[in-house]
Amino acid sequence: MAFITANWNPLGEAFYRKTELYEMSWNLRDGLRDSLVAAAPYGALLREPHRRSPSSRPQLEIYSASGVAIASFPWKSGPVVQLGWTVSDELLCVQEDGSVLIYDLFGSFKRHFSMGQSQVLEAKVFHSPYGTGVAIVTGSSRFTLATNIDELKLRRLPEVPGLQGKPSCWVVLTQDRQTKVLLSNGPELFILDNTSCTAVCPPGLSPQAGNIVHMSVSFSYKYLALFTDTGHLWTGSSHLQEKLSEVDTKKTTTPKQMIWCRRPKSQQPSVVLMWDRLLLDPCVLVGELDGVRIVSSTNQELLQEVPLVCQDIFKIASMAPGALLLEAHREYEKSSQKADEYLREIKEQSMLGEAVRQCVEAAGHEYDTNTQKSLLRAASFGKCFLTDFSPDQFVTTCRELRVLNAVRESSVGLPLTHTQFKQMTLQVLIDRLVYRQFYPLAIEICRYLKIPDYQGVSRVLKHWASYEAIARAVCVKVGDSPGVSYSHIAAKAYECGRTELAIKLLDFEARSGEQVPLLLKMKRSQLALSKAVESGDTDLVYTVVSYLKNEMNRGDFFMTLRNQPVALSLYRQFCKLQEQDTLKDLYNQDDDHQELANYYVMSGSEMIDPTHLRLSLLQSAVDEYNKAKNEFAAKATEDEMRLLRFQRKLDDEKGAGLLGLSLQATIEALLALGLHKQAEQLYRDFKVPDKRYWWLKLKSLAEKEEWEELEKFSKSKKSPIGYLAFVEVCIKCNNKYEAKKYVSKVAPEQKVKAHLAVSDLEGAADAAIERRNESEMAAVLSRCSASDRLLIDRLNRARTTATKK
Amino acid sequence: MAAHLSYGRVNLNILREAARKELREFLDKCSGSKAIVWDEYLTGPFGLIAQYSLLKEHEVEKMFTLKSGRLPSADVKNIIFFVRPRLELMDIIAENVFSEDKLHSSREFHILFVPRRSMLCEQRLKEQGVLGSFINIDEYILDLIPYDGDLLSMEYESAFRECYLENDQTSLYHTAKGLMTLQALYGTIPQIYGKGECARHVANMMLRMKREFAGSQNQILPVFDTLLLLDRNVDLLTPLATQLTYEGLIDEIYGINNGYVKLPPEKFAQKKQGEASKDLPTEPKKLQLNSAEELYAEIRDKNFNAVGAALSKKAKIISAAFEERHNAKTVGEIKQFVSQLPHMQAARSSLANHTSIAELIKDITSTNLYLSLVSASEAFFDNLTVEQEFMTGVDTDKVNTYIEDCIAQKDPLIKILRLVCMQSVCNNGLKQKVFDYYKREILQTYGYEHILTLNNLEKGGLLKPQTSSRNNYPTIRKTLKLWMEDANEQNPNDISYVYSGYAPLSIRLTQVLARPGWRSIEEVLKMLPGPHFEERQQLPAGLHKKRQQGENRTTLVFFLGGVTYAEIAALRFLSQMEDSGMEYIIATTKLINGTTWIKSLMDRPECQTP
Repeated sequence: MAFITANWNPLGEAFYRKTELYEMSWNLRDGLRDSLVAAAPYGALLREPHRRSPSSRPQLEIYSASGVAIASFPWKSGPVVQLGWTVSDELLCVQEDGSVLIYDLFGSFKRHFSMGQSQVLEAKVFHSPYGTGVAIVTGSSRFTLATNIDELKLRRLPEVPGLQGKPSCWVVLTQDRQTKVLLSNGPELFILDNTSCTAVCPPGLSPQAGNIVHMSVSFSYKYLALFTDTGHLWTGSSHLQEKLSEVDTKKTTTPKQMIWCRRPKSQQPSVVLMWDRLLLDPCVLVGELDGVRIVSSTNQELLQEVPLVCQDIFKIASMAPGALLLEAHREYEKSSQKADEYLREIKEQSMLGEAVRQCVEAAGHEYDTNTQKSLLRAASFGKCFLTDFSPDQFVTTCRELRVLNAVRESSVGLPLTHTQFKQMTLQVLIDRLVYRQFYPLAIEICRYLKIPDYQGVSRVLKHWASYEAIARAVCVKVGDSPGVSYSHIAAKAYECGRTELAIKLLDFEARSGEQVPLLLKMKRSQLALSKAVESGDTDLVYTVVSYLKNEMNRGDFFMTLRNQPVALSLYRQFCKLQEQDTLKDLYNQDDDHQELANYYVMSGSEMIDPTHLRLSLLQSAVDEYNKAKNEFAAKATEDEMRLLRFQRKLDDEKGAGLLGLSLQATIEALLALGLHKQAEQLYRDFKVPDKRYWWLKLKSLAEKEEWEELEKFSKSKKSPIGYLAFVEVCIKCNNKYEAKKYVSKVAPEQKVKAHLAVSDLEGAADAAIERRNESEMAAVLSRCSASDRLLIDRLNRARTTATKK
Repeated sequence: MAAHLSYGRVNLNILREAARKELREFLDKCSGSKAIVWDEYLTGPFGLIAQYSLLKEHEVEKMFTLKSGRLPSADVKNIIFFVRPRLELMDIIAENVFSEDKLHSSREFHILFVPRRSMLCEQRLKEQGVLGSFINIDEYILDLIPYDGDLLSMEYESAFRECYLENDQTSLYHTAKGLMTLQALYGTIPQIYGKGECARHVANMMLRMKREFAGSQNQILPVFDTLLLLDRNVDLLTPLATQLTYEGLIDEIYGINNGYVKLPPEKFAQKKQGEASKDLPTEPKKLQLNSAEELYAEIRDKNFNAVGAALSKKAKIISAAFEERHNAKTVGEIKQFVSQLPHMQAARSSLANHTSIAELIKDITSTNLYLSLVSASEAFFDNLTVEQEFMTGVDTDKVNTYIEDCIAQKDPLIKILRLVCMQSVCNNGLKQKVFDYYKREILQTYGYEHILTLNNLEKGGLLKPQTSSRNNYPTIRKTLKLWMEDANEQNPNDISYVYSGYAPLSIRLTQVLARPGWRSIEEVLKMLPGPHFEERQQLPAGLHKKRQQGENRTTLVFFLGGVTYAEIAALRFLSQMEDSGMEYIIATTKLINGTTWIKSLMDRPECQTP
């Protein structure tokens, strides 16, 4: 604890420290010598493949960052020029013949692509905002780039003047959303982009510095380091606009590796160089966002600039508030009163908040759990003396550190720093754990950090399930976690050729909408249909139905629909609008006589002419109604046919223009035409109720002003509609004289109304008084004008007597 | 512009704003000048969301109605089709696009499906070979449209017909989706009650959709405490009856469409001095009716018989306010008076409008019989008398003379159907003899093709033969107190005022649910069609409402298959009752009345005899 600064080394204005990450658990026979090594950034994996021993087959081995063997197999393809890792932890093997093989973490082959049919001299795998890219130099000294291997687009860069074979050194730069190649050929330096090749010169590089033999670009593509054959090291911006420094290393051999070592917002950028045979044990440098990992055959260390906040706290004799707080807490644990003195000192400067923040932040940067703990305890201690200090940062850091410590475990082997973790985000971390099949750990982390299920646990379970492809087991484990996308799991299973399993899995999918497309793809159309129905989404049902219609023969299609009433109704709707004939077939098949009959009636009503066609449609309707045991409808339709025949006949004979009229309208028309006999016939044949017929005849005669005929009619028998109707109809036809003839015949309860209708106030008054009906008297009164004094008095008197009683 | 939406207990303007935002976003997706080609059916509902000015701000320069043939010429960059997902419309669009391409090749086409895109339609466009011509194919999810401060409507006309006649549950799917959207904006509704098959189906879909979204929990404090889903077929009676509230009568007589009514212009002629009255306007007067108009909000839900008094009271207040100017002495007082002037003038013109409307209605409903012969008013009164006889269970098992007479007089078929259906519902089905008699009379008088309409009414349960000898309507009527003898029209104390005596069954169910609960009416619920149920939706911890003492609960009542203005009035009345402790927000597939409802159930209603 006290010697926390023991591994610090000052350089320039900053301190650098080396932290041991792992003792490698591998056991390499020949160390790292003679092997091609590719290490993934973010503390990911280090793998060690491919020895070029002349005789035997090379071996490809994959290890975790802590040296745990993950996969190992003999290399059977062609010679490999370069190895690299993609952003999603896939292994790229660039072969001499230009083909690139992709393996997953567990060494199983996934796919391959080609960088063009030419010999590859050198290749580089690089990462950019677009994904993982590959760049090669071909035997004809041309560069070819692919910026994103997932959306492969090969770009052949322009020729480099004077280049023979491969350049002495080159790097891929990503600048201004463009991918370029910087290369040196002898004394010259070129920038190569999509269209041009430009000679450049690093500013301030002394002319006698010599040819550039090694170059390196920083993790963020911001800085560039160049090494010359005279041992000069030039550093500057990758735009080649400004120079940071130039150092003479006094070493003329080309370094084996040169890697930038800086952290975001660091005080000074620096470069780590490694020469062969300078160290006893050959090592590999891995550039990281905030440092350099040094991997040797026995252990792995992280070299980084000491974060400013850690410097503040741990620097000898530091008086930073954080340092004082740490000291205060230490004294407090010893139960020493000095604790109070230190605290007082911080508080006097009102720096306690700052002190807590420093301790929390520094804890994040520490790799050693004891140091983390003591810093966090100090922070927690300091927090007690603050009243309104937000605990968020403290809590988050504690949580994140727990997660980081867990994934740093040698068995997991993700030596992430806090800075890297922040950069990569929790989502990606969980993805990485999932790729490495650390499902339980991933789930624990999700739960611990309370990530919403659909982003966290459910996703993990989905991935997990795609490996353990057994429905029951899947479901027991995935169980009722809400938001699990079973359809994705099922799609995976289907991809693996396990259709039955996929169907079983789909059963667990809550979103029917998601089930249907996959089921259709798997040709389980019946199931797709029932799932679509279940979803309630009618458009989905229609979609499946129209799919089925094209896939199946008609008979099977109808049978399928028959078992799905909802789908059947929807299809009927569709047919009603689009395919009338199919509709008939549907009803026929279902023996739905009622609907079939309706269908005929419908078609019939659309066809006024020619009559015989309509009649035959109606006859079909009658037959179907009979089959449906709908006697009423059958009878009614027969009546309709009878009426039609009658109309046709009369139209032909007399040109009456009856076709299409209702029975009532037909009788009216006949009466209007004076065809009383025919009207009478219809009235009897169709059993028209007396009341309606009387009304009809009454109105028709009055309209034609055949008053004599009307009177005769009124006397033909007792009117079934009473005689008030006669009065009113006459009045409506403006014939008061005729109207009065019928008043006396009106039933007593309607008499007042009748008298009023013919404007006979006296009569109305008499009738009302006779009936001793108060409201009728009132009604008559309301019609009296001031001149009817006598009448008014009489009515009023009668009213009072009526009320008394 | 839509401030009246935010006055209520629940701020429905949030929903409207969400809808507007989405519309703007879509319009901006098609950059440059545009012309919109409208599926005509959509213009009404869209009017409730956005006026032309909003479209104009987003470079909409022309609007056309979708019809076959060639598109009218317009110098715009984008042509956008706003359509419902219907196959027949796709064919028209295809025709439009085909005839267009030859003329201008530079115009860009887009489709906006309302309320949801459809694979079926896209397939159709593909078959027609035009799918590739569209730059954007999008959906505009417009399920529930804010119609007024306490009212949401889907403006989905055919919902009842589709559900009960055609077994097509598309509207229910949209309903469930709409309710999910509503919950996304206003929080999960913890309690769901329902009655009826469709209600059950909607609730099932909602629960299912919730499961589908599981994992992403809604963190909004719930605004609604309860959702009540009611099938229209649980209460077939109410829409058949003639509504007697002011708004209900306007709808019955003139029809309110998407919040607008068209009235005969004569009574609205501006009486200006010195101007001859000969140029009476001939165009119908179009008025917007909603609670933004203070006076209308006050009288819309009153029984029509109480409207006259309310109007004259208002008239006195307004003229008194205008008289104030004589009292205004100081400059300050005059200034204050002038500042109130616009408001007062608006109130005066609103008063004038409603006085005219009330006169128009009065001419028709005036119950002073004997005054005129076979007049509209007498018909109205007689009709009402028969309705009330049916509702009180008088002679419902016999052929009714009035109906017979109306048929003989060839009154409009829909009127006949309303009455016959009402008799059937109030008698739990007609005796076979009566049933056949009515049907024969209708077929003989109005034409045999109406056998299909009758068939539809039977399928929908509005008209049916009696199957069991027991008529359970009287039990229902008594238990739920559907008929109140002494309905007070002026100062109502019960919802029965909206039909001058009849208390709408649907609203009684709602009322009983709030207090004392449905358990008290198990028996009656069993007599009504479809299951009744209760579901609970888990709220995330911390979102449980801490209710203040005396704070009202809020219930969303969703009428599947339509609701009438009178029912809405009854619910508003319940919300205002001091001791009810419940506020109601109303949602529906469509605002209906007996006439529009029956019409929607007719096959080819256009060929009915006038």
